[in-house]
Amino acid sequence: MSIRHSLLALLSEGPKYGFQLRQEFETSTGEVWPLNVGQVYTTLQRLERDGLAESDDIEEDERQRNYRITEKGGEELAHWLRTPPDLSEPPRDELVIKVLVASRLPDVDVFDVIQIHRRYIVQLMQQWTRLKEDESQFDLAFALAVDAELFRLDSVVRWLDAADGRLRRAASEPAPENPVALPSIRRRTGAHK
Amino acid sequence: MSMLELRNVSKRYGQGANEVDAISDIDLSVERGSLVAIMGPSGSGKSTLLTIAGSLEEPTTGDVMIDGARLSGMSRNDKARLRRRSVGYVFQDFNLLAGLTAVENVSLPLELDGVSMKKARAKGMDALEGLGLADRAESFPDQLSGGERQRVAIARAVVGERSLLLADEPSGALDSVNGEAVMRMILTACHGGVAAVVVTHDAKLASWADRVVFLRDGKAVDETLPPPSPEELLNPDVANPS
Repeated sequence: MSIRHSLLALLSEGPKYGFQLRQEFETSTGEVWPLNVGQVYTTLQRLERDGLAESDDIEEDERQRNYRITEKGGEELAHWLRTPPDLSEPPRDELVIKVLVASRLPDVDVFDVIQIHRRYIVQLMQQWTRLKEDESQFDLAFALAVDAELFRLDSVVRWLDAADGRLRRAASEPAPENPVALPSIRRRTGAHK
Repeated sequence: MSMLELRNVSKRYGQGANEVDAISDIDLSVERGSLVAIMGPSGSGKSTLLTIAGSLEEPTTGDVMIDGARLSGMSRNDKARLRRRSVGYVFQDFNLLAGLTAVENVSLPLELDGVSMKKARAKGMDALEGLGLADRAESFPDQLSGGERQRVAIARAVVGERSLLLADEPSGALDSVNGEAVMRMILTACHGGVAAVVVTHDAKLASWADRVVFLRDGKAVDETLPPPSPEELLNPDVANPS
C-alpha cells in the first residue's frame, strides 16, 4: 500500500491540510486501511523534500500547513498508476511453506493441516462477507476493498483445494523410482524482473 | 425446533464390488432463519446430501426430518405434498420451464398444490416483486438474462409459505456480482424465517453462510466455528492468537 502515492492522488484534486488528507485517505479506501496522523505528516515531509509536493511553509505548526502537488508530483503519480507492481517473483508464502513441509513429514497428516488452514480462511471470509451484508451501510470504495480481500482469501482456499486434490492423486499412485530433481521454480516459470 | 434435521444419514449406491458410499453418517441440523453452506470438491457427496434433505431421494440408513416430520414413515403422496408446501429448490441451471412466463413459473408449485390460479398468480407476483422482477413477470425464460433467470428460480423456491430452501451451486455460471446478489437474496429469505442449505465448492458463496460444513468423501469432516463476538472482531488478537 503506497501511502505516498495515495496522498499525491488526493493532492492532485486540490490543496489540502494533513488532517483532511488522513480523513479522505481512509474514506477512499473504504476505511479498510486505517492511517495514523503521524504517518501522514512524515509522508508529507518526504514528498516536500523530494519536490513532489509543496506548502507555503509560513506556519511553524505543520497542522496549519496547506499542501499542494507540484508538476513533478503529478508526473510521478501518473507514472506510478501505470506501473504494474512487481509480481514476477513468487512471494515467500508462509502457508505454502507449511503445506510443503507437512507433505514431507511422515508423521503429519497433510490433509488435516490443509483443512485447518482452509477452515480458518473461510472463517475470515465470513467476517469480511458479513461486512457486505447490509448494502446501504457501505460505499463503493469499501465494497471494492472488501472484494479485493475476499478474492485474495478465495485464491488461497482454491490453492488449498488444488493442493489437496494433487496430494491425494499422488498418494494413490506409486512413487517414481528415481525422482527427478526439480529445477527451481523461478527457472521453471521463467520469471524475470 | 430445527427446520431440517439429518441424523446419521448414509447413502450407498451400487452393489457388491461396485458399492459406493456417496455420503456416510451425516448429522446436520438447520434452524429456521439460518443459512448453512456445505462445501466440498466434486464427488464429495454435496448434491446427494441435498437431494436426500429435500426428500427427492431416500437415504440407505438414517433419518431425515423436515419441520419435525419424519420422512421415512411417509407415503409418497405425503412426501410430495411436503415438498410442494415446505421445500424450495434452486438448481445450478435454474430449471425454468421454457414455455411458461416468469410469473407462471413461480406460481406453478402453488397451482400444483391446489391453490386457485388467481391466488397463485398473486403470490407469484409478490415473490417476483420481492426480488425486483415485477416488470419481467410476463417474460419467457429465454427473454431473461442469466441473473434474472436465477432470480426467478429463487422466487419460485420461496413462493408461498416455503420454509426450507435448498440450493445446489445457486450462482451457476453467473459472474461474481450476480452470484453475490443471489446469496444476498437467499440471506434475505433466511432473515424472513426460512432455513437454507447451499451446497457449493466456492468459498466466496459459502462465506455468506452462518455456518460452513466441509464435506470430503461423503463425510462431514469439519465445520466453521461460530461467528466471533463483536469484542473479538474489534480485538483480532484475542480471536486468533498466532
